[in-house]
Amino acid sequence: MNPVVGVAAFAAVTLATAVVGFYGLKVSRTTGDFYVASRTVKPWWNASAIGGEYLSAASFLGVAGLILLSGTDALWYPVGYTAGYLMLLLFVAAPLRRSGAYTIPDFTEARLDSSAVRRVTSLVVVVVGWLYIVPQLHGAALAIRITTGLPAWVGPVAVVAVVCITVVAGGMRSVTFVQAFQYWLKLTALAVPIVFILLVLGGATGTTAPAAPPAVNPSALAPAGPYQIISLLVALLFGTLGLPHVLVRFYTNPDGQSARRTTLIVLGLLSVFYLLPTAYGMIGRVVAPDLAESGQADALVLLLPGRVVGGMAGDLLSALVVAGAFAAFLSTTSGLVVSLAGVISQDVFGGSVRGFRLAALISALVPLGIASMTESMALAGSVGLVFAFTASTICPVLLLGIWWRGLTDAGAIAGMVTGGVFCGSAMVAGSVLGAAATPSWLAQPAAWTVPVAFAVMVLVSRATQGRVPRTMTRVMTRLHTPERPLATER
Amino acid sequence: MQASAGGPGTDGRLSTMPDSPLFTAAAVAVIAMAIAVVVAVGLKVLRSFRDLGTDAERATYKTLHAASRAGQYLRTGLNPAGAAKASRQLRGLLGCDALAITDTTGVLAWDGAGEELRPALMGLASKVLDGGHLAVIPAGELQLLAAGGGTLAPEVERAVVIAPIKTGARVVGVVAAFAPAAGAGLVRATGEVADWVATQVELAELDASRTLLMEAEVRALRAQISPHFIYNSLNAIASFINTDPERARELVVEFADFTRYSFRRHGDFTTLAEELRCIDRYLLLERARFGDRVQVSLRIAPEVLSTVIPFLSLQPLVENAVRHGLEAKEGPGHISITANDSGAFAEVTIEDDGVGMDPEQLRSVLAGHSDGEHVGLRNVDARLRQVYGDDNGLVIETAPGEGTLITMRVPKSQPRHDA
Repeated sequence: MNPVVGVAAFAAVTLATAVVGFYGLKVSRTTGDFYVASRTVKPWWNASAIGGEYLSAASFLGVAGLILLSGTDALWYPVGYTAGYLMLLLFVAAPLRRSGAYTIPDFTEARLDSSAVRRVTSLVVVVVGWLYIVPQLHGAALAIRITTGLPAWVGPVAVVAVVCITVVAGGMRSVTFVQAFQYWLKLTALAVPIVFILLVLGGATGTTAPAAPPAVNPSALAPAGPYQIISLLVALLFGTLGLPHVLVRFYTNPDGQSARRTTLIVLGLLSVFYLLPTAYGMIGRVVAPDLAESGQADALVLLLPGRVVGGMAGDLLSALVVAGAFAAFLSTTSGLVVSLAGVISQDVFGGSVRGFRLAALISALVPLGIASMTESMALAGSVGLVFAFTASTICPVLLLGIWWRGLTDAGAIAGMVTGGVFCGSAMVAGSVLGAAATPSWLAQPAAWTVPVAFAVMVLVSRATQGRVPRTMTRVMTRLHTPERPLATER
Repeated sequence: MQASAGGPGTDGRLSTMPDSPLFTAAAVAVIAMAIAVVVAVGLKVLRSFRDLGTDAERATYKTLHAASRAGQYLRTGLNPAGAAKASRQLRGLLGCDALAITDTTGVLAWDGAGEELRPALMGLASKVLDGGHLAVIPAGELQLLAAGGGTLAPEVERAVVIAPIKTGARVVGVVAAFAPAAGAGLVRATGEVADWVATQVELAELDASRTLLMEAEVRALRAQISPHFIYNSLNAIASFINTDPERARELVVEFADFTRYSFRRHGDFTTLAEELRCIDRYLLLERARFGDRVQVSLRIAPEVLSTVIPFLSLQPLVENAVRHGLEAKEGPGHISITANDSGAFAEVTIEDDGVGMDPEQLRSVLAGHSDGEHVGLRNVDARLRQVYGDDNGLVIETAPGEGTLITMRVPKSQPRHDA
């Protein structure tokens, strides 16, 4: 592939992001203008923004790569990534919006009236955020290496630099518009090339079916058992609930009802998006099975347009895909860095402006360090593990905090620590044992760590009933009562 | 960094997480946390073995330490959670077998042996609660009084000292100490402990009234719309009644909406969106008076529109810009209002290119030393500090002839404040 293509695509995405970020806000003469235009943010915009922030390297590159490797079993990933929003819609979106808390630590502190819970939650959120940024940076390393031939470290460093500069310089003034723009860029970047690929493939083989019937599943692998599928789905369904950068977006909605509507639209947007990586994966199984053997499965999406279309058109389509991939790295990373910086600056630096900038640097540089010390592996899989960790720690606090009056601070801390320790040790044990020796209950721990975390939280709360905060009734009322209409609307 | 995806897929299809960077990262995190815990515990243990002084010093330290610990727990008043923790400390202080704390209606906490006596304690204490005098019940009588016909195990055979907790003239509860024998020492000490608890409870009441006072102060500071503005607006509207009745009608409606918002009774907080709406109405009315001399531009990030801010906290700032920035100036003036997302805060700025202020004079107004023209600013500043702490007051950059830039930072997360 022409190395200029990759660099140009990266530069274009960065520039576009910066321009939308700095100049995305409309200047108006009267409040009436913007008030009508943006009665706060419309659910459609906000849903696009959530989609933009959520679709990470795992979705853009990883899903297709995993389908190339393991066939239809990998389809559970996009199903889980999307269906998590159903859980969010049903159980979390509206009450959390009404809570008035802005981050997960804020929520747990307000709900349980305890600063100890806040500190534990903050710690978990920061760990989750860091673990989630690492695969994005691995994706950037892969994309830079494949498309430009530059050393792999250039990719993560470039992504972190761009994110730090925009966040520290206050370039996220119109963050909703930036993220919404990124969603549509990602969708376009996958949709346009696939049309051309299908046209070329259709033309090459006439109107009949492809010459080689596609082997849907690789024959060398045993299909996933029911335990693995259930465990993966538990991780993805429950894990989505606790992602720090996703929850923050809901506060852009003016009230609980529009938070629900936004989530519904997100479900639609994600469903449409995930058709595309699936198509790439399936086509890849037919025309590029060699990528799986050479260990470059995650690069499938980047390489497919060039291979199938070729020539000048191929270069242009590749540039588009690379641009989409960098949009994915940048949007997820910046969303995470902003929410982590919010948490860190609040808890460590007392919430000053300088503290926020420092916290932003910390939140971006630590994962860069981790990423440069570790090796990339299947992106969809590693993000799936972060979901398992979130599902075992933050998700129980959120769900029980919103829906159960009996939760206590002691119960919340015990549950989070238990879930975190079990899930974390399973991850560590998996890496110590190595791939071949890891039993599936360790490789996919969510199916037991999530119930254990819930059980510990409930049992310890029951045992410490006296600690149910006195503010509980007031907070619960606030979470579950629809807002009164704004005074100005009457 | 090498991007190799060699591992995935070699061990069953969904368990594709060998050699994961996340494993390593998680391992590092777990180990770091473990080290932190060990170090923290180690330091604590080490500290407790350090030089501790003479026996007398240690005894004094122990007593004071127990008292201050118990004091912390009682700072929220007499409630079961605090009393339970405090009674543990106080029992150590008195060296008795069991210690109970009650309020006027029931037993709040019981620490130590003989909990089967708990239901009977209120009966024993009723005299003390009514009379307010310390009572001693010798070992033999407890059996008869408490068991009510039942039998107590011999080891429960105890004397009780019941001392009243008096705040002012009121008895709010009792401290009951159970020991094999009620010596003079125990009786005196129990009386002292009860008095000490009473002091803590009074402190808690003081705390509560201080909170109430602060709330009252915030309410008193709640801004009022200025009488000048009402007078000027009505005059401006009057001037349109003959020349442009349609416009006059619209202005009256705007004026009505504005006053309804600013006279509303409920709630000390509102959203940024509502406050901006109010500012829009205000500016519409001012423009009726000043015509094109007042130009406004807004640049608002939609993310912060639903941020909760103190009621009428922006309008006085804009009014200040119009009144003291532009009114005194010749020719058109420009006000620009921005609201941005800034980490955990929403940042609102109001800038005018008017005549500015003398920083020294402004400082003395904000400090409350002089009643100048800018009392509106002082009011907002005081309320912001009251609600969000001293770090979050107004930041005002100004100089004579240079215009004024006012920055207000409000935390986005305010679960305790309802808009």
